Amino acid sequence: MKVLVPIKRVIDYNVKVRVKPDHSNVDLANTKMAINPFCEIAVEEAVRLKEAGVVTEIIAISIGDKSCQEQLRTALALGADRAIQIDTDESLDALNIAKLLQKVVEEEQPQLVILGKQSIDSDNNQTGQMLAALTGMPQGTFASVVKVDGDKVNVTREVDGGLQTVALNLPAIVTTDLRLNEPRYASLPNIMKAKRKPLAVKPAADFGLNLTARTKLLKVTPPAERQAGIVVESIDELVEKLKNEAKVIS
Amino acid sequence: MSILVIAEHDNSALKAETLKTVNAAQKIGGDITLLVAGFDCQNVVDAASKVNGVSKVLVADNAAYEYQLAENVSLLITELAADYEHILATALTTGKNFMPRVAAILDVAQISDIIAVESSDTFVRPIYAGNAIATVQSLDSKKVITVRTTGFDAVATDGNAEIINLDTVTDAGISSHVSDEFTVSERPDLGAASVVISGGRGMQNGDNFKLLDGIADKLGAAIGASRAAVDAGFVPNDMQVGQTGKIVAPDLYIAVGISGAIQHLAGMKDSKVIVAINKDPEAPIFQVADYGIVADLFDALPELESKL
Repeated sequence: MKVLVPIKRVIDYNVKVRVKPDHSNVDLANTKMAINPFCEIAVEEAVRLKEAGVVTEIIAISIGDKSCQEQLRTALALGADRAIQIDTDESLDALNIAKLLQKVVEEEQPQLVILGKQSIDSDNNQTGQMLAALTGMPQGTFASVVKVDGDKVNVTREVDGGLQTVALNLPAIVTTDLRLNEPRYASLPNIMKAKRKPLAVKPAADFGLNLTARTKLLKVTPPAERQAGIVVESIDELVEKLKNEAKVIS
Repeated sequence: MSILVIAEHDNSALKAETLKTVNAAQKIGGDITLLVAGFDCQNVVDAASKVNGVSKVLVADNAAYEYQLAENVSLLITELAADYEHILATALTTGKNFMPRVAAILDVAQISDIIAVESSDTFVRPIYAGNAIATVQSLDSKKVITVRTTGFDAVATDGNAEIINLDTVTDAGISSHVSDEFTVSERPDLGAASVVISGGRGMQNGDNFKLLDGIADKLGAAIGASRAAVDAGFVPNDMQVGQTGKIVAPDLYIAVGISGAIQHLAGMKDSKVIVAINKDPEAPIFQVADYGIVADLFDALPELESKL
């Protein structure tokens, strides 16, 4: 079976983002960028399914300008077979991303699409569910276990209070949570090999979609800073402060 | 304007977070209808009808909605959508699962995780793990929104809304529920607790989390964990407080052996009072803590428990 893995280029998760002085957006100039951590888990899961003999081909896809080819090469080094870059300079809403992915799903007919549950930049947590709606597929979001079983996939989901397992008819959409797997590091030979794997570039305009923005970013501000408090010397002092100063315990 | 709020529940009780989502709806302003989709959920319906500010409660009581499967619930909501300009759900795992599906079927964008309402089309939401706050305007005629409840207070529950039973059943027939495995706990929910005590990598292993139990018992606290502790396998993921886990804002948050990574701060920095216990005086957690104590947690925890 064929698996499609959409990935996103985002700020490296160790980097603290800065807001631009004019509050128009965050400042990403000269910032270290990386594959979104949840997307990396999605690639790893696809590779493991291939190693287990369930999956035959892994296609990584990313939507953005030429720079996201760097993350696609990472996915190829981790084990994806080929990659597609949908070329656009626009920063698209999740709905428009899902519409572009829907076109690729129609073309490639994958049995599974595995995505990260959310990107650590916009923190939307939408794309997988939206793609599921547009393609009419069932969805297993926030997955911690994925088991393909005949014409179904069983997905164990991280939900409030514990775990929920659902059975989905294939083809299906899966979005990854943290504990699904621990992604491997790309080996040097695989990084070299990845350079020769096919990477197709398709302009977003060629898909014939109306990709008008549905939301407008009015401003971006830094969060209210929390002032550091005091360091107490003993547990007795701490308990006293919590009782009499903060009045949060009795 | 008319607003549809989707009730968050487990078929036996209405979750307190729904009361906060209704508050967000009141801030938008308009006639508020609450939808209860579930199975054998009369208690939830009774509770829903008492939520202040709600004029009608729509009830879809059918086996198709028992487990809140996104495929079925989203079809129900989109069938009802024509009558409403705003559709709101709580940004917990259930709402996060079905709402983007609703938005895509309706061909509108979703505004996720709002923490404030500026106007009926403009909302405030954190991005980059809360390291930036975005003000976003929706250009769609219909607004699909999830609400981060730490940004809103709960409304009261002495209302009296009209109850309307729906007979539509939307079963997509492409997914089914297999099993649940819920953590059984006597403690309050992380999201609802007024005191939360969390352990981090400094706890060293899962067994040591027992050191938090006695304090949690005395304070009526929920127990959480940092992503580092979850990643290290000390505790299950549903205890995770942070950008990708639970977002909490209790009256008192006690961080034990937690360094204070950006990721974790995103989940707890709106707490009223923060206490940090860490042996590293340079740990970033001290920069957000109201009260810090530089101490080995293995000494500090038993002492704290004995003195509460």
